[in-house]
Amino acid sequence: MTITIESITKRFNGYVAVDRVSLTIPDGKLVALLGPSGSGKTTLLRVIAGLEVPDEGAVSMNGVDVTHTPARLRNIGFVFQHYALFKHMTVFDNIAFPLKVRKRSVEEQRALVNDLLKLVRLEGFGQRYPSQLSGGQRQRVALARALAAKPKVMLLDEPFGALDAKVRQELRQWLRRLHQEMSITSLFVTHDQEEALELADRIVVMNHGRVEQEGTPEDLFEHPKTPFVMSFLGDVNIFHGRVEQGQTVIHHDPAAVAPSVTETKAVRAYARPHELDIDRTPRDERSLPAKVRHVNTAGATVKVELLLRDGHTTVQAYLGRERYQELKLQPGEEVYVVPRQLRIFVDEDDEAPTA
Amino acid sequence: MHSAHTPFWVRYLLLLLALAWVGLWILLPVSTVVYGAFANGWGSYLSALADPESVHAFYLTLIAALWSVAINLVFGLAAAWAIAKYQFRGKTLLLSLIDLPFSVSPVIAGLVFVLLFGGQTLAGTWLAAQHIQILYALPAIVIATVFVTFPFVAREVLPVMEAMGTEEEEAALTLGASGWQTFWLITLPGIKWGLLYGVILCTARAFGEFGAVAVVSGRIAMETNTLSLHVEKLYQEYQSQAAFAVASALLVIALLTLVAKSAVEWRLRRALTEIKHAPESV
Repeated sequence: MTITIESITKRFNGYVAVDRVSLTIPDGKLVALLGPSGSGKTTLLRVIAGLEVPDEGAVSMNGVDVTHTPARLRNIGFVFQHYALFKHMTVFDNIAFPLKVRKRSVEEQRALVNDLLKLVRLEGFGQRYPSQLSGGQRQRVALARALAAKPKVMLLDEPFGALDAKVRQELRQWLRRLHQEMSITSLFVTHDQEEALELADRIVVMNHGRVEQEGTPEDLFEHPKTPFVMSFLGDVNIFHGRVEQGQTVIHHDPAAVAPSVTETKAVRAYARPHELDIDRTPRDERSLPAKVRHVNTAGATVKVELLLRDGHTTVQAYLGRERYQELKLQPGEEVYVVPRQLRIFVDEDDEAPTA
Repeated sequence: MHSAHTPFWVRYLLLLLALAWVGLWILLPVSTVVYGAFANGWGSYLSALADPESVHAFYLTLIAALWSVAINLVFGLAAAWAIAKYQFRGKTLLLSLIDLPFSVSPVIAGLVFVLLFGGQTLAGTWLAAQHIQILYALPAIVIATVFVTFPFVAREVLPVMEAMGTEEEEAALTLGASGWQTFWLITLPGIKWGLLYGVILCTARAFGEFGAVAVVSGRIAMETNTLSLHVEKLYQEYQSQAAFAVASALLVIALLTLVAKSAVEWRLRRALTEIKHAPESV
């Protein structure tokens, strides 16, 4: 089912949680709503679910306006961060709930619940109560329960947010497989960029109630349109500089910081740690003199921390192991940082995210 | 660990004081009631209870209590619901108003209803014209009892409802349940122990109410005399053995309530801790 969101605005006591957001969720895709807390992503999800009524704008599913359709008639499955399992019911009764309220026969309930228990790998857990399950098991029950209603859309609000790292990783992969098998249009909220990059077909980055950028994970990672998207999607190094006669000059010399030329524009240049190389001699005018501070060789890449000559800018560079073997860097050594790629954003305001 | 540092005589002194207090204020009066009730033997005890006036008083008290509990169940639930789930102006005011019966003397409350429904008022004249009898009849007894017992259900349900939150209900709605189904299948089972606890407290108070009912009922024997009023009437008529016998019936009801209350209280506390300390992830 294709979901179309047109200029949705939602306020809470004057606070604008979602600000004129328009968006299309393509049929059968797994889409991530990514953003820091307070960016409006959960509110938007709840508007789509029908748990909140927008102040302005419209939501439609397959072209049918559902803005004022109650949640129970929207044919959606909603998964809550804290599972929202019915504590006084067994796992079986929790999963059977959507069928029970639709007055389906007991045999039909039993057959479907058993299928779903198998799907979420919880056979034999039917008679337990939610309090007798681990967090990961509870979230799987919540998923099974949402699937029992045969939804056309799955909406997941930080589904793995309350779980520890290992369980989260397992559930992610499991959800990815499940989505491939069932291809239900799915939208999940997360503040974890790794989760979004790993799971989603498309990512919608939100900030301050608005959509910052939308696209495929590669798109967003390789071609971020704003500094916010750039820094929210991964580690970045920020270099302050200015544009002079169409050329970006990065300040590595403190003397050059003074804005002596009026027509120059202050800019910030962003590079991810793996986009930096290190050399003993400068390669071009962009090479920045720096001192090696720390080398971490544990892991697939070698992480090098450097201090630029300005004395306060710390830079992270990730080198391949072979490159590292070639260089044999030592802490305290004077070297040059060579950006292979730089993304330049004009300094307008402090748009850098805090998260 | 703290108690280990307290000298033993302090502990014993405190314990002795507590026991003496309980004995003086509870055991002594209770045994006096029991002793007084059986002062003339089993025969007159039973005949005092089987007296038509006593039986009628018991019956009337039961009916009044049932009505009051039923009414307060609905309104207490509605009030708790409004306060727990919605944000609105005057929420604190509503909370204080719900507590009002705790601080108003029951006799004053009774008097307010006498004035409200009396012959001189607009409401009173209109009701009289419709031939609806409120004062000195069952409706007045129920109204007075409802007023006095109003806080119990609302006050006991509110914390459970607030602790429960709205997520389970929202989940039920997204799973296709109607509002009504959500209430019966999710909300009610979630708050049942708080609700039952409130109902028990409400029942106990309804059975024992004296002041407000004394003012509005008119105390007509075989018509508007409740158990508590009947005890006083018998005592005033120098039938102290009969008065104690009827009082012992109230005592039995009180003891039964106490047992039920303790049992429910235990379940309620467990339910609340389950809600609050649900492990996040294991």
